[in-house]
Amino acid sequence: MDLSGKDMLGIKDLSREEIDLILDTARSFKEISTRRIKKVPTLRGITVITLFFEASTRTRTSFEIAAKRLSADTINISASTSSVVKGETLIDTARNLESMNPDIIVIRHSAAGAAHILAGLLEQSIINAGDGAHEHPTQALLDMLTIREKKGSMEGLKIAIVGDIAHSRVARSNIYGLTKMGANVAVCGPAMMIPMGLDQMGVSVHYNMEDAIKDADVVMMLRMQLERQKKNLFPSLREYANLFSLNRNNIKLAKNDVIVMHPGPVNRGVEITPEIADGPNSVILEQVTNGVAVRMALLYLLSGGRK
Amino acid sequence: MKLLLKGGRVIDPSQNIDTVTDILIKNGKISVMKKDISLPKTDSGDNLKIFDLKGKIVTPGLIDMHTHLREPGFEYKETIRTGSEAAVAGGFTSIACMANTDPVNDNRSVTEYILKQAHLAAMANVYPIAAISKGQDGKVLSEFGDLKNAGAIGFSDDGNPVTDSGLMRHALEYAYSFDMPVISHCEDKGLSSGGLMNEGLISTQLGLPGIPGIAEDIMVIRDIRLADFTKTRVHIAHVSTAGSVYAVREAKSAGVNVTAETAPHYFTLTDESLKGFSTNFKMYPPLRNSDDVEAIKEGLRDGTIDAIASDHAPHSSVEKDVEFEYAANGIAGLETSLSLCLKLVDEGILTINELIEKLSVNPANILKIPKGSLKTGSDADITVIDMNKKWTVDADRFRSKGRNCPFNGWELKGKAVITIASGEIRYTDPEF
Repeated sequence: MDLSGKDMLGIKDLSREEIDLILDTARSFKEISTRRIKKVPTLRGITVITLFFEASTRTRTSFEIAAKRLSADTINISASTSSVVKGETLIDTARNLESMNPDIIVIRHSAAGAAHILAGLLEQSIINAGDGAHEHPTQALLDMLTIREKKGSMEGLKIAIVGDIAHSRVARSNIYGLTKMGANVAVCGPAMMIPMGLDQMGVSVHYNMEDAIKDADVVMMLRMQLERQKKNLFPSLREYANLFSLNRNNIKLAKNDVIVMHPGPVNRGVEITPEIADGPNSVILEQVTNGVAVRMALLYLLSGGRK
Repeated sequence: MKLLLKGGRVIDPSQNIDTVTDILIKNGKISVMKKDISLPKTDSGDNLKIFDLKGKIVTPGLIDMHTHLREPGFEYKETIRTGSEAAVAGGFTSIACMANTDPVNDNRSVTEYILKQAHLAAMANVYPIAAISKGQDGKVLSEFGDLKNAGAIGFSDDGNPVTDSGLMRHALEYAYSFDMPVISHCEDKGLSSGGLMNEGLISTQLGLPGIPGIAEDIMVIRDIRLADFTKTRVHIAHVSTAGSVYAVREAKSAGVNVTAETAPHYFTLTDESLKGFSTNFKMYPPLRNSDDVEAIKEGLRDGTIDAIASDHAPHSSVEKDVEFEYAANGIAGLETSLSLCLKLVDEGILTINELIEKLSVNPANILKIPKGSLKTGSDADITVIDMNKKWTVDADRFRSKGRNCPFNGWELKGKAVITIASGEIRYTDPEF
């Protein structure tokens, strides 16, 4: 089986079988990163460009390591400002990169739909590494890999996603993915961070933590996206932490073997207390490890069809 | 030069005419309308042009009361010449153009410039709408009296709402004293700012910030209350929501002097179209949901909505071939408007007569311009429509400079085949 599209733009368009394929492939690649010589020749001769219009440490490093472990050549381009400010349009940037014949372009951009522009324009495979508040498919895939490793399957699990849902691409990709895989997703956040129509996306919506995390198998905490919010969205971080942080008291409501996830970067003391972030239930760093494996799998699967 | 239009079905809602008859045009005016006009033999050759219009519909020249012609200031997007060429190709003999040019049409010299360019283009009649406030910044009223004398026919800060209710009140009162319309772009910025599309399930799925329908409704209701309180009148531009339709309907039945227009895209498309992030579907107000579309159709059917206007808003690829978030709002609508309106007739929402009314005499009455009628002696502005002509929208072939068309590639039925303004043939369909 192959992936049906040339690109990876979002989880919304993936079938359950495609998600399984990616996760299975990632599982088999994971072992490479534990070897003494962490390199296989699988993607020798493949050129991967990462094009980041937004700051990122984790995701970009993860893509670069993934590509290098498969022997692909990587080039990293970071634009600290958007194309509009810089003077060159996104389309011109893309056309210029295309002219240098890369095979895969990984793009992160603050504007929703930016990866779609490239995908429609270029023959190359485009991987969306986050577009505005729209999707962040590789994050959801690594989250699903982590849950599957810890829980065996996602079918029937209660998974709480807590935080600023309105501005979160991680939440959207996970909602699409986890509901497809049969999980019961409980979404929670302050009312102004719960976007309209969310209840029509196959999830239950909650406005207090206790309801959302009660008997949960997985609790996924989201970062407060202060940079994306309008000024008057929420009274204060103090109020937020009082009502929506995961701490040693409310975590007792979840199942004993609950796993605690966070896509990073963590605002310690805001959405999660340090003792929970570092505690025995936390799988936050394993998520990062799995990120490399999932991205290796994607690079492999997307270049496979055309070799 | 005389024109004789023979055998067409003449529909003139201003006189309640719907009959097969002939029309003779002489010296730029409607000279005679009667069955089987025959002319003496001396009228022939260069002197007379005869059109056999059997099976075609002959209407007063259509009026698009809401366009953006971009000149002065944005000639790379559109000029008054290309915009009026697009107008006649779309069947419109008269167009009103909004004030958001650069400089803003808030003073006599810009109004006069627009009229001069329109005169030189000699295509459609162009009616400048001047800004309500100087610079369209909502602070100080522009000089309504001087603008009227220069040729402006109404006032609007279209593109921007008038946020200050006190200023809006004065605008309504002052414009009413000149018997001129105020055309209101209804938008509560507190609710809309930062928004990129209609707020709802689709905006949530796409991760695009939403603009709730009530951002429009609240201002529609404010303006209705202001018009009622001041005993003046107000015209609501580009109605896109069910809430606006209800508000206008209720106000009309309460006797408030309010009129309203909508644009073809608001009864043709929904926010579902945004799913591919195509910037050609980005506009203000944004495309709404199917409930809104149904309410607008009902508003058109029961007469709540008086007029249909294209809100023609041409942009260049510089503004449109960018990330959705950065793209400019608006569509180039003049050349598809009539055909999309004719779908309402096909769907049984409007009769052809009701549709023509909303595209001719109603906008003429709202703008108080001497157009929209085929009365003997009036300007010979006429549109001939072939209801059965099938065509495919090809934005690359638009007369407009704008290629930003969400209907590109659509198969449409019915279009203008001859457009006559002031007795001159300004457009003939190449296949006619």
